[in-house]
Amino acid sequence: MATRLKEIDAVVIGMGFSGAILARELTKAGLNVVGLERGADRNPAEEFTLSRLRDELRYVVRLELMQDNATDTITFRNAGDELALPIRRFGAFLPGEGVGGTGIHWGALHWRFLPTDFRIKSVLTEKYGAKAIPETMTIQDWPLSYDELEPFYDRFDKLCGVSGQAGNLRGKPISGGNPFEGPRSDDYPNKPIKTGVAPSMFGEAAGSLGYHAFPVPTATSSAPYVNPEGITLGRCEYCGHCNRTACESNAKASPNVNVLPVLRADPRFELRTRVFVTRLVYDKQAKRVTGVIYTDMKTGEEYEQPAGIVVLSSFVFGNTQQLLLAGIGEPYDPKTGQGVVGKNYCYQFEAGGEAFFEGREFNPFMGAPGMGTAIDDFNGENFEHSGLGFFGGGYIACLNGGAPPIEGRVLPRGEPRWGAGWKQATAKWYRCNTRFNTQGSVYAHRDNFMDLDPTYKDALGRPLVRLTYNATENDHKMSRYLVGKLEGVIKAMNPTHYEVRNRPKNFTIVPYQSTHNTGGTMMGSDPRTSVVNRYLQAWDAHNLFVQGASVFPQQHGYNPTGTLGALAYWSAKAITEQYLKNPGPLVHA
Amino acid sequence: MADDTFPRRKFLLGAGLAGTAIAAGVAGPVEAQQPTPAAPPAVVPPPQASEPFITLNALEAAFIVAVVDTLIPADELSPSGSDCGVAVFIDRQLGGAWGGGAKMYRAGPFVKGKPEQGYQLPLAPREYFASGITATNAWTRKAYGGKDFDRLAAADRVAALKAMEDGKAEFENFDARAFFAQLLSITMAGFFSDPIYGGNRDMVGWKLIGFPGLPATYADKIDDYRNRRYAAEPQSIADFS
Repeated sequence: MATRLKEIDAVVIGMGFSGAILARELTKAGLNVVGLERGADRNPAEEFTLSRLRDELRYVVRLELMQDNATDTITFRNAGDELALPIRRFGAFLPGEGVGGTGIHWGALHWRFLPTDFRIKSVLTEKYGAKAIPETMTIQDWPLSYDELEPFYDRFDKLCGVSGQAGNLRGKPISGGNPFEGPRSDDYPNKPIKTGVAPSMFGEAAGSLGYHAFPVPTATSSAPYVNPEGITLGRCEYCGHCNRTACESNAKASPNVNVLPVLRADPRFELRTRVFVTRLVYDKQAKRVTGVIYTDMKTGEEYEQPAGIVVLSSFVFGNTQQLLLAGIGEPYDPKTGQGVVGKNYCYQFEAGGEAFFEGREFNPFMGAPGMGTAIDDFNGENFEHSGLGFFGGGYIACLNGGAPPIEGRVLPRGEPRWGAGWKQATAKWYRCNTRFNTQGSVYAHRDNFMDLDPTYKDALGRPLVRLTYNATENDHKMSRYLVGKLEGVIKAMNPTHYEVRNRPKNFTIVPYQSTHNTGGTMMGSDPRTSVVNRYLQAWDAHNLFVQGASVFPQQHGYNPTGTLGALAYWSAKAITEQYLKNPGPLVHA
Repeated sequence: MADDTFPRRKFLLGAGLAGTAIAAGVAGPVEAQQPTPAAPPAVVPPPQASEPFITLNALEAAFIVAVVDTLIPADELSPSGSDCGVAVFIDRQLGGAWGGGAKMYRAGPFVKGKPEQGYQLPLAPREYFASGITATNAWTRKAYGGKDFDRLAAADRVAALKAMEDGKAEFENFDARAFFAQLLSITMAGFFSDPIYGGNRDMVGWKLIGFPGLPATYADKIDDYRNRRYAAEPQSIADFS
């Protein structure tokens, strides 16, 4: 029997970016907040330090900061008529664990979605006619506009000290920035980070083809910066190590550095780590979640934490799983198309390649994941889709993320993979190659979804989330188109040798591809087709606010964290300014 | 099996000594300039190549040494894989948390599944490598006249690994190609990881490609070295401890 604790004003489940922002905004509004995190505490003073961070084996290969699959994983199958099997160690995507969540090890590429992305179904219908959208493509408009979200994008930019070059400042085009971006109310907090030789070459080549190159925006501060929380960020050192690990310079944004120091100092906030929330306590009649049940992993004791407000801010899979286990919202059934929880699971459809420039010196070990040059000419509705046979797109970039020696080496096809010949080849090509990426959108498909696995359970006895996902014809056509455009730019760079790769037909759970998993608890304006309303409030539990990329109706051609953070601020404002005054549904169905 | 009368432990020691000679050859010019007499024997560190193994038995160790020395042969660019510590690295990885299946979901039922679903065996890496070594030796004994892999001539070792890599080696009840991929992956991890883990001795892997290691603070260098090689004597975690 769970020990019942004293009721708290708000409980936050999962201490990544969304959880940390919500906890901060709610305590600022005077609430007492408990943060629950199933993983370790991660304090920058002890952990984000040298020399321990410069350890590729620990962080990049053995995945030090990632979710422990022994405790909890998901099962996976490509299609509904297959048997789903557990992901025994993560590969294709790497959810984080511990305080900071995936916000520690991310690459910090910091994008906004396009204004047209927020009303994509309407835009496609207006431009190409309703019949042009395949029946199986279950895309939806977002229940809010870019203009509504913009002030919150701006807040999250400033929290993170984002470095970039504006392309559209309050409607005025700015040369050198992304001409396709939505209007910004303010400039980036920091100038773009320095760039490498290869991204510069990419920009010139793209320009020669008439495309619009600009520096990739990144939540890595290019100079010392004090964020609105009064926290001083350092400058990026271009160490080339921070993908899959933390930043010792406090330049790469993380919840741990950019928010948590003020939260930890606030007596209204209490952080409990290594506590595993097993379920939400749902009062269906009252349409409220009365609290959460968790197991303290340090003692094995079970507790019930009653709370006035419950913020669910775990990863995409955990959010979906909690709602399915609690019976909040109707589970999605792909056969009938009815139900919403687990619907519209999407991914990021990335493809790319490498180019080799014999004799050049790129110093590839100097870099940052967000160091690069991009073009946005083939993203979303930035280009005409008539006659192409697909919708969607993505940005195309040349990125200098660093080249750690175990996983950051690439060789031209045909070179030996081992033996004396391999040694010669790897010595020859390591310092003179560069990589490219296309960040393809994934427009939701009827057959891709999440539910509960009938067989496999986690260490606490709960059914695992079962992911049914495969690439679609639309995804492949879109991606081949982007790769074709990328190839044109690479050719214009005049490399000694290059390779581009289209995606394999079926999605596979190895090797690594992207941690941009989205959907399952999508936001919308109608409870029949969404799980949460425009304020991320659950339609079926008015004191439950679901955060993170699980609320995306589909995934667009950009990294998701910029939008995720903006939504956290947007939701927090609705809670503190509307919900607290009059607890109940903020939107009437 | 006539060859197997030669004890493997002595064989290993022999391989280690030979390797030390190669390593000394590389470092020769520096040693030749040292005017001071050698320190008393008690404080001389033991030769690195004779470091004991934590988990691999003699047969397994001989196999791993033979594999890493075939994947990374000694030449003018580097000593052999085992002389760079890669066998010791693999032993420590397999004997540690990762090898024991840490952070790995190991509940059944176990079903083969599609390749898209990834690794689905009940074996933790330590058990997987033990099984792979047994399976490889069983196959080489059939295909190469009764010899375990480590007893093959150099050219046959290359051919055997190539057959595994290409999916042409028919193992009984074990996926040869997948095992080769694991062997190659862990060998490269050993050759290029920080020396603190036992491989990449003297940062030989980093020197091969020109990776400077730590501390990697390049904010004041990145502009100066555009199109120009930044070469620095690499430093490892131990240099900052």
